[in-house]
Amino acid sequence: MIAEYGLFALIMALITACGLTAIPMWASFAGNGAGMNAARPLAAANFTFVAISFALLTTAFLQDDFSLVVVANNSNSLLPAFYKFSAVWGNHEGSMLLWILVLCAWTFAVALFSADLPQIMYARVLSVMGAIGVGFIGFSLFTSNPFARNLPDVPLDGKDLNPLLQDPGLIIHPPVLYMGYVGFSVAFAFAIAALLGGRLDAAWARWSRPWTNAAWAFLTLGIMLGSWWAYYELGWGGWWFWDPVENASFMPWLAGTALVHSLAVTEKRGVFKSWTVLLAIASFSLSLLGTFLVRSGVLTSVHAFAADPERGMYILVFLLVVVGGSLVLYALRAPAVNSGIRNAWLSRETLLLFNNVVFLVATLTVLFGTLFPLLMDALGQGKYSVGPPYFNAVFVPLMALLVPVMGIGPFTRWREDRAKRWMHPAWVSAVSALIAGALLPFLGQGFNVWVALSVLLAVWIIAGLWTDLRLKKAGSHAWWPVLRRQSASYWGMMFAHLGFAMCIISVTVVTQWNVEKDLRMSPGQTADLAGYRFEFHGASAITGPNFRGDEGVVTVTVDGRRVAELRPQKRQYVASGQIMTEAAIDAGFTRDLYVAMGEALGQDGAWSVRLHYKPLVRWMWIGATLIGFGGFITLLDRRYRRVSVAARQSPEELAHA
Amino acid sequence: MHPKRKKRLIVVLAVVVLSSAGVGLVSYGLRGNINLFYPPADVVAGKAPVGQSIRLGGMVVEGSIQRSDTSLDVRFEVTDYAGTVPVKYSGILPDLFDEGQGVVAAGQLDGEGVFLAHEVLAKHDENYMPPEVAEALEAAGKKQ
Repeated sequence: MIAEYGLFALIMALITACGLTAIPMWASFAGNGAGMNAARPLAAANFTFVAISFALLTTAFLQDDFSLVVVANNSNSLLPAFYKFSAVWGNHEGSMLLWILVLCAWTFAVALFSADLPQIMYARVLSVMGAIGVGFIGFSLFTSNPFARNLPDVPLDGKDLNPLLQDPGLIIHPPVLYMGYVGFSVAFAFAIAALLGGRLDAAWARWSRPWTNAAWAFLTLGIMLGSWWAYYELGWGGWWFWDPVENASFMPWLAGTALVHSLAVTEKRGVFKSWTVLLAIASFSLSLLGTFLVRSGVLTSVHAFAADPERGMYILVFLLVVVGGSLVLYALRAPAVNSGIRNAWLSRETLLLFNNVVFLVATLTVLFGTLFPLLMDALGQGKYSVGPPYFNAVFVPLMALLVPVMGIGPFTRWREDRAKRWMHPAWVSAVSALIAGALLPFLGQGFNVWVALSVLLAVWIIAGLWTDLRLKKAGSHAWWPVLRRQSASYWGMMFAHLGFAMCIISVTVVTQWNVEKDLRMSPGQTADLAGYRFEFHGASAITGPNFRGDEGVVTVTVDGRRVAELRPQKRQYVASGQIMTEAAIDAGFTRDLYVAMGEALGQDGAWSVRLHYKPLVRWMWIGATLIGFGGFITLLDRRYRRVSVAARQSPEELAHA
Repeated sequence: MHPKRKKRLIVVLAVVVLSSAGVGLVSYGLRGNINLFYPPADVVAGKAPVGQSIRLGGMVVEGSIQRSDTSLDVRFEVTDYAGTVPVKYSGILPDLFDEGQGVVAAGQLDGEGVFLAHEVLAKHDENYMPPEVAEALEAAGKKQ
């Protein structure tokens, strides 16, 4: 009966979502206060029903209810309990239900925490969120019902979860990524509500900004987790493949990064309004496009669970309605909220505009590379694939273009700055960046022009941040009061830019100084790699809860001193028979040592073995975490809290009055 | 010129310059970095270019895998049942690479009709067939 209750709850969720879409929106135009006030209980009911539905599907997985098609296809009685839990979203139907759960959670969160919005705005934002909910709950119910039964022939055991997904990283990667992906729907809903009302001002940006920053921070962490997972789980030692599905999550991130910066300008200076709205629409549309690409099966990737033209069609139509509808609305209303350019040539606004253009161009080039094969195929021009060389050739120079501006942005003034004030610190930064770029590569493997360039760029960014702190301290003696005076938004920016600088160094160093060898190794054989000596001691049989396999032993020494013992595995999963490579990694702050086994060769116990030396590879994930962390810090900003405190006080004040 | 207009002009110019730079980068990036897919039948028929980066896909012929005893060099044959192409590769093969399974290889054809692969991709779960391979097999089936 669990499945039937789950399906019933999902149907109830669809009905409440329809109510949430229609009633507050109608009421906002009719001026009906009760109707607008219904948004909050409807959002709560909608979230509750989806949560019940999700909990029941999870129960079915934990109880090994193989009468459900998704459970039978994606779980197994031997699967460890925490993987049974993550198996809920390790398949198309379940991951759509997770998507819906996250969407309704965001909707409910907006209903709870944005109660201080003007009533009309509040009702319309929630109504737009409800409409998106209708689209996705409908998609789940009509094309990918997670509660479909396997009757009357109930299998005795399940086909098991894809071994690639049996990993702790996959327990947290999809929920965090979805929090980001779906979170942009809040920014989108605010943009649509603002367009409907024709009210687009600094207050609007202040309401929308914390939600957008939160979604963006989640998306940053989600992408970081995905990259980290691919690194240790796929057995190739790569951390970014420009796989279409990676791009699908990366494009909303790029547009979202532009949005986060442009919202800052709109809030602080009241300009770039229409532009900000357009970016909010673009970020969410790219999230939807990503969903379409991944879920329709038009792309091939680990993330494409199953190809089903009906599903692709549904999302494509939904995408067209959302993008088309919002662009039409934008075309009709944006001129009404237009604003002129009020800043001088040398001002922070100009630099942030530059940031926006670069991120937009980057988004478009990634979009082009991702859609090019689909386009050519549709035109009957043959089956192309666009590989990493294209994306690297296009994307890396664009990101490098950002850096000169990032180094001066923090200490450039809003509205108008004087070059005289600004030139001296810029010179100091430039000289320190040049010196660091020339010297620091010698800490590694000696001078390398690309590494030198990356250090130069990173130090230029950090020097800019430092200069700004120094200028803020000017005139006072102690550091502490100066540091305390800075807002949370400011610290968020500092952390995020610092993280970006770390990523630049990491990506360049690991690309330039990575050493990789694929070898045939017999027991007792050694191989030297970047000063490390790897010795293969042979492989022996092992048995796990739901797999059998071989485990190799590789010891690593430097000048006879033992550094690490690595035990890579080759597994064969019992239920599916699928073979998996488990790489063994000795992780470190300055370098990773990575060993993966290929296959057994010949009679003498020899294996094909992949050895990697990866300098500074961790910095990439640490840097990305700092970027995401920076996004979360901005949420603590007093500007956003003060609003809600005021809102909580207002009923009492009214009572006193 | 009115200063406001001048500013607007500069912004527009900057956008134009940056997007041209973007377009320039894209066309530079696309040169030689996009690979066209060829089924074995087309390669045998001489339709595929020699010495250019392409992709080849089909089924690995049963009993065709030959490994070296001293290195990671491997030879195998890829077929769509309308044509068969020998492939040379050096390195670790993916987990799901096997005889009688679908495979896509990226690399170049040499003058003798041998495909020198620098990357070999297999399907990543039991039920999945690379769509190019599925279509190539279907097309070859129709020709027979």
